[in-house]
Amino acid sequence: MSAVIDHGHTDHHHGPAKGLMRWVLTTNHKDIGTMYLWFSFCMFLLGGSMAMVIRAELFQPGLQIVQPEFFNQMTTMHGLIMVFGAVMPAFVGLANWMIPLMIGAPDMALPRMNNFSFWLLPAAFGLLVSTLFMEGGGPNFGWTFYAPLSTTYGPESTTFFIFAVHLMGISSIMGAINVVATILNLRAPGMTLMKMPLFVWTWLITAFLLIAVMPVLAGCVTMMLMDIHFGTSFFNAAGGGDPVLFQHVFWFFGHPEVYIMILPAFGAVSSIIPAFARKPLFGYTSMVYATAAIAFLSFIVWAHHMFTVGIPLTGELFFMYATMLIAVPTGVKVFNWASTMWQGSMTFEAPMLFSVAFVILFTIGGFSGLMLAIAPADFQYHDTYFVVAHFHYVLVPGAIFGIFASAYYWLPKWTGHMYDETLAKLHFWMSFIGMNLAFFPMHFVGLAGMPRRIPDYNMMFANFNMISSIGAFMFGATQLLFLFIVIKCIRGGKPAPAKPWDGAEGLEWTVPSPAPYHTFSTPPEVK
Amino acid sequence: MGLLLWLALGSAHAQWTVNMAPGVTDVSRSVFDLHMTIFWICVVIGVIVFGAMFWSMIMHRRSTGQKPAHFHESTTVEILWTVVPLAILVVMAIPATKTLIEIYDTSESELDIQVTGYQWKWHYKYLGQDVEFFSNLTTPRSQINNREAKGEHYLLEVDEPLVVPVGTKVRFLITAADVIHSWWVPALAVKKDAIPGFINESWTRIEEPGIYRGQCTELCGKDHGFMPVVVEAKSKEDFDAWLAERKQAAAAERELTSKEWTMEELMARGEKAYNTSCAACHQPTGEGLPPMFPALKGSAIATGPAEGHIHIVYQGKPGTSMAAFGKQLSPVDLAAIITYERNAWGNNVGDMVTPKDILDFSKAQE
Repeated sequence: MSAVIDHGHTDHHHGPAKGLMRWVLTTNHKDIGTMYLWFSFCMFLLGGSMAMVIRAELFQPGLQIVQPEFFNQMTTMHGLIMVFGAVMPAFVGLANWMIPLMIGAPDMALPRMNNFSFWLLPAAFGLLVSTLFMEGGGPNFGWTFYAPLSTTYGPESTTFFIFAVHLMGISSIMGAINVVATILNLRAPGMTLMKMPLFVWTWLITAFLLIAVMPVLAGCVTMMLMDIHFGTSFFNAAGGGDPVLFQHVFWFFGHPEVYIMILPAFGAVSSIIPAFARKPLFGYTSMVYATAAIAFLSFIVWAHHMFTVGIPLTGELFFMYATMLIAVPTGVKVFNWASTMWQGSMTFEAPMLFSVAFVILFTIGGFSGLMLAIAPADFQYHDTYFVVAHFHYVLVPGAIFGIFASAYYWLPKWTGHMYDETLAKLHFWMSFIGMNLAFFPMHFVGLAGMPRRIPDYNMMFANFNMISSIGAFMFGATQLLFLFIVIKCIRGGKPAPAKPWDGAEGLEWTVPSPAPYHTFSTPPEVK
Repeated sequence: MGLLLWLALGSAHAQWTVNMAPGVTDVSRSVFDLHMTIFWICVVIGVIVFGAMFWSMIMHRRSTGQKPAHFHESTTVEILWTVVPLAILVVMAIPATKTLIEIYDTSESELDIQVTGYQWKWHYKYLGQDVEFFSNLTTPRSQINNREAKGEHYLLEVDEPLVVPVGTKVRFLITAADVIHSWWVPALAVKKDAIPGFINESWTRIEEPGIYRGQCTELCGKDHGFMPVVVEAKSKEDFDAWLAERKQAAAAERELTSKEWTMEELMARGEKAYNTSCAACHQPTGEGLPPMFPALKGSAIATGPAEGHIHIVYQGKPGTSMAAFGKQLSPVDLAAIITYERNAWGNNVGDMVTPKDILDFSKAQE
């Protein structure tokens, strides 16, 4: 094709289309990435406001604001929306934006499918959220939706919940296939697998996890659907079925799922810490192998969520040992990050602050995870607030802080402007303090004996619950500041150079800021 | 953070409890020891890792003129920090395995108690002793709705606690009648899921008489937070006396079935039994929480023929939350509840269902 023809087309086809249809019909990875990120943020605020309802009710003992049946809908929807609506789409959004830029590809490998996998999400969550307005209310059986509470005893809206989960699953699987196809086929010449940024590596592994387990979830909810409407008894003991089977199937999906929510954050932080320590990542190869090891182990530890269901002693021992093993590759990662910082030349802009907090607080979540792995001790921790503290420590300062760090790190590339560093630091410190105030006391009430998912509690848990609620309100309100910072950054600010962070490495910093609508139409040469 | 936890531990008192209690059995103390061991291991690792990170964050800043080093791997340290944690884990796994084997050894029990979870109460049956009863929350609604000061054992008090003898290996056979529940008493370190269609085993041997409180720990629907577990450990003599008394009371209850009941007696007993067993779903006003829990006030069943009413209460309604109460409640209570439902809240059907009607119905079912 001659250069002349190429130029002739530039004006008409190479910019984004005008108006609303740009977003509906777009197949551009940057547009789709942006939509994923905004969608995820909306869901984050929605799921967050449900958390505010929960914390407001738990502010004091007694029932004040909501009744137990609505409280249960709030805990359920909070979990579902945060897991499937906020965290996962945020990482898919980051993948869409950054993977092609990081590997020197012009776009995702399957752009039309990319569009479809995004637009399934508003449909899925529209369906899910609409159940709250139905007669009998929305899902009220916890985000883990254990049968038979969710089948025989579930509200009528459960069917809508099942179809919403199916849509989310289809969306995730297509997104994951797209990531795998892009990484394996569209790398620039010279970009060998072991030269890829860790974010690309962790996403490649995450995508395989998604492809492996989302169909299991789909099978799980399909069996529920059959039990509810077609007279089967997969999970109904009265019909010869097995309620524990549900938990095995669910957690076979559920445990890899928790790594799906953290591995991409590992990758992002592995780019950000070297950039601000101005020193190469320590142990790149061991990082890749550790990620793969964690992914492998995630398939053989699921029953540690079920230590109290009465699995045989040998099973219990196997899952205890396997779970404890996860500490080894996770430890390797933490040691590598700490060594990357060691003898660096560090500065602490917002991405670095969130990344360092990520390493420290995620490690605290890892410690409580190690405690939970000890099966006899788990009998005391299981389904108490200790568990709630544990998984919020890995998900909030883990996944969410990882997303914030990524957002601040790449905002200059996305918008062409520097964000307001002072406000971003304020956002960090308010989030950091709020989050610790909210979740650290949960360790205490859990150890003191407070079960999770209860709307009311004895006075002995009152003080720490009040502190938790105050912290949660602070953390929640702070996120509006993040919205303000992002909008301010989109609308203006100091123009960002192509590479705004002097220590940053990677192909994404070789294109101008904001990144043009089309990048790497000619593949870059990687040495 | 681990250090903070420890500082907080020092100043602990009732309202600010920050740690697990060691409990009152050998098993619970072993579990507590495991908990503290792994906690301290985490604290030590945390102090080393976070200490190094904070040292680095203070010393290795650009603002102090630090020039970045260029090292990015070291096979020796990488092998070291893979092998050392592995060794720590093996050391930790040994006592954990020992305790787990002990917890799983349910053999040679001296007393067997079947524990059944219902929405939202516990049923205890002393196997081979002819004694069984339900254990319901007694915290009044007025306390829950903040119209009255909350008592010391708010939400952790029941009408009839599970009574067990001290110094005896008691085996629990745990199951459920509707959804999954979980039976937990922290002081005994016993937590086991109650699963319909399964019977799980667990055991305890309590040394000191006392009252030990816990809660259901598996989300089981609306009133999951309102089904406490209370265990009262008595000396062996007191326990034997209690058991004999319960056996007598059970015999007396059976006699009530053949007694001639008046409308007033049935209504009075029915109101009490209704509020214990039915009001959680159908509400004290009989208005229910539609559509999950339909209203009884003015309902076709409660104001229709008595046979239909007995049938649904006795057999339940498959596929819904309505349990089969025929096996849960005594004929007297069933009769009283049905009579009450047919005549309360303006239903005014005017007829009376007697314990004999229930017995006839139950015979006809067999």
